[in-house]
Amino acid sequence: MLSENKKTLTNLTVPILSVVLGLVLGALIMLGFGYDPIAGYQSMINGALGSPFYIGETLRYASPLIIIGLGFSIANSAGFFNIGLSGQALMGWLVSVWVAISFPDVSGLILLPVSVIAGVLAGAIWAGIAGVLRAYFGTSEVIITIMLNYTALHVTNYLIRNVLTESSDATARIPEQASLRMDWLSQLAGGSRVNAGLFIAIVVTILVWIFMTKTTMGYEIRSVGMNPFASQYAGMNAKKNIILSMFISGGLAGLGGVLEGMGTFNNIFVQAGIPNIGFDGMAVALLGLSHPLGIVFSGLLFAMLKIGGASMPLGSGVPTEVVDIVIASIIFFVGANYLIRFFINKFSGKKDVKGGVK
Amino acid sequence: MPDTANVIEMRGITKQFGSFKANDNINLTVKKGEVHALLGENGAGKSTLMNILSGLLEPTSGEIYVNGEKVHITSPSASSRLGIGMVHQHFMLVDKFTITENIILGTEKTKLGFLERREAQQEIKELSERYGLFVDPSAKVESVSVGMQQRAEILKTLYRGNDILILDEPTAVLTPQEITELMDILRSLTKEGKSIIIITHKIEEIKAVADRCTVIRRGKSVDTVDVKTTSQQELADLMVGRSVSFKVDKTPAQPKEPVLTIKNLVVKENRGLEAVKDLSLEVRAGEILGIAGIDGNGQSELIHAITGLTKVESGTITLEGKEIQNLPPRVITETGLGHIPEDRHKHGLILPMTIYENMALQTYYKEPFSKNNFLNKEAMQKSARKLIEEYDVRTQSENSTAESLSGGNQQKAIIAREISRQPKFLIAAQPTRGLDVGAIEYIHRNLVEQRDNGKAVLLMSFELDEVMNVSDRIAVMYEGKIVGIVDPREVTEQELGLLMAGSSLEKAKALESQSGKESANVK
Ligand SMILES: Nc1ncnc2c1ncn2[C@@H]1O[C@H](COP(=O)(O)OP(=O)(O)OP(=O)(O)O)[C@@H](O)[C@H]1O
Ligand SMILES: [Mg+2]
Repeated sequence: MLSENKKTLTNLTVPILSVVLGLVLGALIMLGFGYDPIAGYQSMINGALGSPFYIGETLRYASPLIIIGLGFSIANSAGFFNIGLSGQALMGWLVSVWVAISFPDVSGLILLPVSVIAGVLAGAIWAGIAGVLRAYFGTSEVIITIMLNYTALHVTNYLIRNVLTESSDATARIPEQASLRMDWLSQLAGGSRVNAGLFIAIVVTILVWIFMTKTTMGYEIRSVGMNPFASQYAGMNAKKNIILSMFISGGLAGLGGVLEGMGTFNNIFVQAGIPNIGFDGMAVALLGLSHPLGIVFSGLLFAMLKIGGASMPLGSGVPTEVVDIVIASIIFFVGANYLIRFFINKFSGKKDVKGGVK
Repeated sequence: MPDTANVIEMRGITKQFGSFKANDNINLTVKKGEVHALLGENGAGKSTLMNILSGLLEPTSGEIYVNGEKVHITSPSASSRLGIGMVHQHFMLVDKFTITENIILGTEKTKLGFLERREAQQEIKELSERYGLFVDPSAKVESVSVGMQQRAEILKTLYRGNDILILDEPTAVLTPQEITELMDILRSLTKEGKSIIIITHKIEEIKAVADRCTVIRRGKSVDTVDVKTTSQQELADLMVGRSVSFKVDKTPAQPKEPVLTIKNLVVKENRGLEAVKDLSLEVRAGEILGIAGIDGNGQSELIHAITGLTKVESGTITLEGKEIQNLPPRVITETGLGHIPEDRHKHGLILPMTIYENMALQTYYKEPFSKNNFLNKEAMQKSARKLIEEYDVRTQSENSTAESLSGGNQQKAIIAREISRQPKFLIAAQPTRGLDVGAIEYIHRNLVEQRDNGKAVLLMSFELDEVMNVSDRIAVMYEGKIVGIVDPREVTEQELGLLMAGSSLEKAKALESQSGKESANVK
């Protein structure tokens, strides 16, 4: 059906346009500060994909982003805005590392999966709180998850300083056998920190896609998100779906945090502020149109910007601050996604009239 | 007509959705000061054509002339500037706004940046009094009845001062009295020189109010006829392309055991007032019980209480021997309930989803549609294809979204889903709203068939004709109570109308015999 194709086309136009606009604005900023944008972007690409090490780092950075983005998309499908991904990721990170360092003598075969699952559950419960409050008291999940971000931050920092260490800023490293690091993979990628998290991200992407499109639970979550009244009429349990979608969303955010703790850093340290990873994951989901494949692509793109951007000062002399502005402007356009969509609808003259009141 | 200049001329309009031609070389001329009716089956392309005129869709090809000048209508505001205003088949109101806010939306008058709400409210009040379109200007849209929402939509167009009005099935949600009032309004509007295009499936309305009528069949304009010289039967046959019957054929009911029993039911509406007051009712296997009443007398609340969508304050509802009040909708559905809901967009369908997903809305978790929590898409599609075929839902395929269906076909899809589940008890709330005569004939036959198969059917309709023709017994609802149960064979429309307005049974009869009409026996 052509109209369907056209729809997908406009759908794709928006994210592509936002990326292009962001890159153009970034180039203008570099020009404005007197730097060569072509050289700048060249060194960015080099720094992201120029060697096995850089590729490894880009993949390493992308893995948790993709998983967290998927987490956002599930709550979003059910009609909820989970803005607390950061706090949930932090809880996952904290709890997985905590479990791992508590049992240094247990075999990796047990310790590794147990720590991962503990981290996932921590994230899930953290988001589940907002879900339960929403389901039973109608409290806005947006406000609750924002507040839970701060709670997570301070709880984590307190526990690191007072429980996990004796007023130190970072915990000990997790035992070798509990790490997601894989020597062969690291070596293949020139010694980068890429780890089993990469495979976890691939598997989770496929699982989420299957869950949302092929299972009855995914069907319910989509139904509730698109029309809660008809879902109630159809006998779906709204409360169950609210809690379930938040729980899964938080679980995935927690898993993203687990990847940071057990893959990238192998410990946890005091955080200066709410980690960015949750907000980046949200941007990844929005740019990827909440579709698993789209999220994979946008996650990779984000990682390329961040990892590649780090090479720009050395490669082309663009200072870090300007690099940050460039990246921020790209993210801004991604965030402005909805705005761009709005303008496309307004000026293309093509409107979908069926559907009535929204 | 004194002035016969063509205010609208649409020439050779074609609108394609993909490879499908919703409008195929349609011609339409509207004269100044006339009421021009569009008649056509569900999915014939009437709304599409009017959406083109009101700037929501652009034609694939064809020309439009307004007052003799060729125009390109690229947006609703462009259309409004040309004096064209449309009241859509499905309302375009913002739920969370008040009626006043909705009416002035887009044309807000401000003073120093502040909304002149009071003046707007005053103006709306005047308009609504002048045309008898009763609304509560300060009520939020979500809390008022469908009928009032429709009246607000009509007011919105009047408020903007458009002189070419398009009304897409405006009467589908109005009560008979309101329809008569609307007809008067339309006549007075044309006297003021306004031109009106009205889409309706009710041929008697066309006869009552329209000057000319253009018939559209499967995307093509078949004919434009003078309404005065064309009979209702001719119009119906012209539209369907075969001859249709208006009468519902049925044998007397053979009622058996009660399937649904309601005792002393009390239900509160969302503002906390009692909408259903101490109501008792029984529906038996093998009968169709009609509920007649004017919109807003508790019918919707009653149905929502039975189906589990609203909380029951007190009293019992027994379905198939099981008390179901305040049970979750799924349990009630599984006990044996089918429900064709009054508001198909809110409750009946998930518009952005495909038709096959919508067709499995209450059965997706059962075999064959799913197994071990995994959906079986092929089985869902296959069953949807069968229903589409059986119930003649006009669509490109089962993979199209529900929102791409025409209004009437959306309704057919819901009816197909509900009847095919074979529930012991079927609620049909306004089941033929917006359907063409051919489809109505079909639905009525289906309801009677359900009855003959030993099902219990509860029919709620604001249309007297429908209630009288299809029901075996009629319960009249007034202010949350059943004020009388009558036999449709022994009651006149006038008596029923009086009962609906709150007269008691005896009074209604007395008034009837006083006015010299045949006295009717009431059961
Ligand atoms: N956006 C769309 N995409 C694809 N097909 C569409 C779209 N809009 C309408 N159609 C199809 O065009 C045909 C005409 O639809 P339209 O809404 O104009 O019918 P209608 O005459 O108003 O019917 P009804 O009386 O049921 O309201 C239908 O078959 C419908 O499925
Ligand atoms: Mg229509």
